[in-house]
Amino acid sequence: MVKLTNYNIVLKQFVLLLTFTLTISCAEKKYAVEKIVGKQININEKIQESTEFEKIIKPYRDRIDADLSTVLSFAPETIDKNGKWQTPMGNFLSDITLEMSNVVFEKREHKKIDFCLLNNGGIRSIIPKGNVTARTAYEVMPFENSTVVLAISGKVVLEIVDYIISEKKPHPLSGMSFTINSDGKPSNIKIGNNNLEEEKVYYVVTSDYLANGGDNMLFFKKNSQKFDLDYKLRNIIIDYFKSNKEIKVNTNQRITE
Amino acid sequence: MKRREFLKGSISSGLLLSAGGFSLSSFKTSGSKHLTVLHTNDVHSYIDPFPADHPKNPNMGGVARRAALIEKIRAENPNVLLLDSGDIFQGTPYFNYYGGELEFKLMSMMKYDLATIGNHDFDNGIDGLYAQLPNATFEFVSANYDFKNTVLDGHVKPYKVFNKNGIKVGVFGLGVELDGLVDKRNSKETVYHDPVSVAQEMARILKQEKKCDLIICLSHIGYQYKNEPDKICDTKLATLTKDIDLIIGGHTHTFLDKPTILKNIEGKDVLVNQVGCYGINLGRIDFYFDEEKNIAANGKSIII
Repeated sequence: MVKLTNYNIVLKQFVLLLTFTLTISCAEKKYAVEKIVGKQININEKIQESTEFEKIIKPYRDRIDADLSTVLSFAPETIDKNGKWQTPMGNFLSDITLEMSNVVFEKREHKKIDFCLLNNGGIRSIIPKGNVTARTAYEVMPFENSTVVLAISGKVVLEIVDYIISEKKPHPLSGMSFTINSDGKPSNIKIGNNNLEEEKVYYVVTSDYLANGGDNMLFFKKNSQKFDLDYKLRNIIIDYFKSNKEIKVNTNQRITE
Repeated sequence: MKRREFLKGSISSGLLLSAGGFSLSSFKTSGSKHLTVLHTNDVHSYIDPFPADHPKNPNMGGVARRAALIEKIRAENPNVLLLDSGDIFQGTPYFNYYGGELEFKLMSMMKYDLATIGNHDFDNGIDGLYAQLPNATFEFVSANYDFKNTVLDGHVKPYKVFNKNGIKVGVFGLGVELDGLVDKRNSKETVYHDPVSVAQEMARILKQEKKCDLIICLSHIGYQYKNEPDKICDTKLATLTKDIDLIIGGHTHTFLDKPTILKNIEGKDVLVNQVGCYGINLGRIDFYFDEEKNIAANGKSIII
């Protein structure tokens, strides 16, 4: 399928070019574009693969397969990314991130993390029903992002709520809940089971990527304290798989409209 | 001029070329030359094809297939320039396991000529990228990232000039804003500069000083941002600069039906292209050149 057009620019330059070629005809050859043809070639099973390349790739693939094909856990249902304000994948990832990061944070800092906020775009894959391997964790979270705990005021939490409402994306959220009124304003904001207090300091766990302003989560820059847990999000998923024979997803409502 | 506009409109459907019975050879003169530019972007370590039961891209992509395709194209026209617009790294366990080693080795085997640096190419830190450079026989260009105070100093050029069978092709690179996208711990002392002024300076050098016949911008700044109309992108860059013939983009994983044609600041045509992501597509743009004197003399044949 030829998908383009051609162009040329030479007509306008006709007079100019004549003068040019007459004066310096002894100079090195000067070329101009006469025609352009552009297209895109889809790469699919109709193209016979190069055996030379396949031979090079195979040992690299085999080692990965040997490592990542071990069954670690089981998903009784497909965990998908469907939903307006929250998704099964988002609930799953934010819940386990809050739970597993808290183990590290409590040991190190003797404090408790209040809630978790991640980004919907950071979840790169669903978890299909059936056996779950470490490869699943790599597909869900290929990035090397680690968890970070930030101390923020209740006022900054209000900014987070406004951000989520304006973004209209199901960003993974755990340990926090609120209602969106018909006028688009939030109400009934709760951290755990308690009402939000604007002057109080809360501890939120997120990824280092978001803590640094990724996905325009600039409110995280207003933290008063930052703790790097050096715990990769992917390792959180793998550790959860290893310690749970079956994946459980909480469906409790975090954001109600 | 009217005829020219008419033909341009008709040909955009792609029908006239085949149905009208024109063949490329009809336009060839003694001094004519043919350059094939092939390109990828945002391959993201996708080395194997997607599985046949994948819900979005079943059976698509795969480096061993791309290599065979490129080899076939080279057999037809050896005058090929093979380019990548960045984000070579990150997305499959191949990167997590081998840090980009296999990606660079395979690209070298396919004889890539040049690549630019995407935000995810910093994902193992600037040191991680530096460590993989020995596996790449191709070079990197980035004109708006200043690597002076990093390990990449001296390893990334702003531009490169190729002599492709007598055609001088200048290619410069552009990277996306790092703030809020790339962790400072990864990009370290890399300094980002405004792509527009840098691109204009590069085009000036390549056109005026290096006397290039064709100028290509290898960009990772993104095709377009609907929700951020002020953010610089390929389509804006095309209209704000001059002397750039082709912008090969990346970053936004944009699938286009065909390359976009825009008018630059002087009203001349600029092509902007991007081929999605994950090695699903290969972009191919063929340039047919002639000596300027022939083009001037055979005015008619160049209308198409």
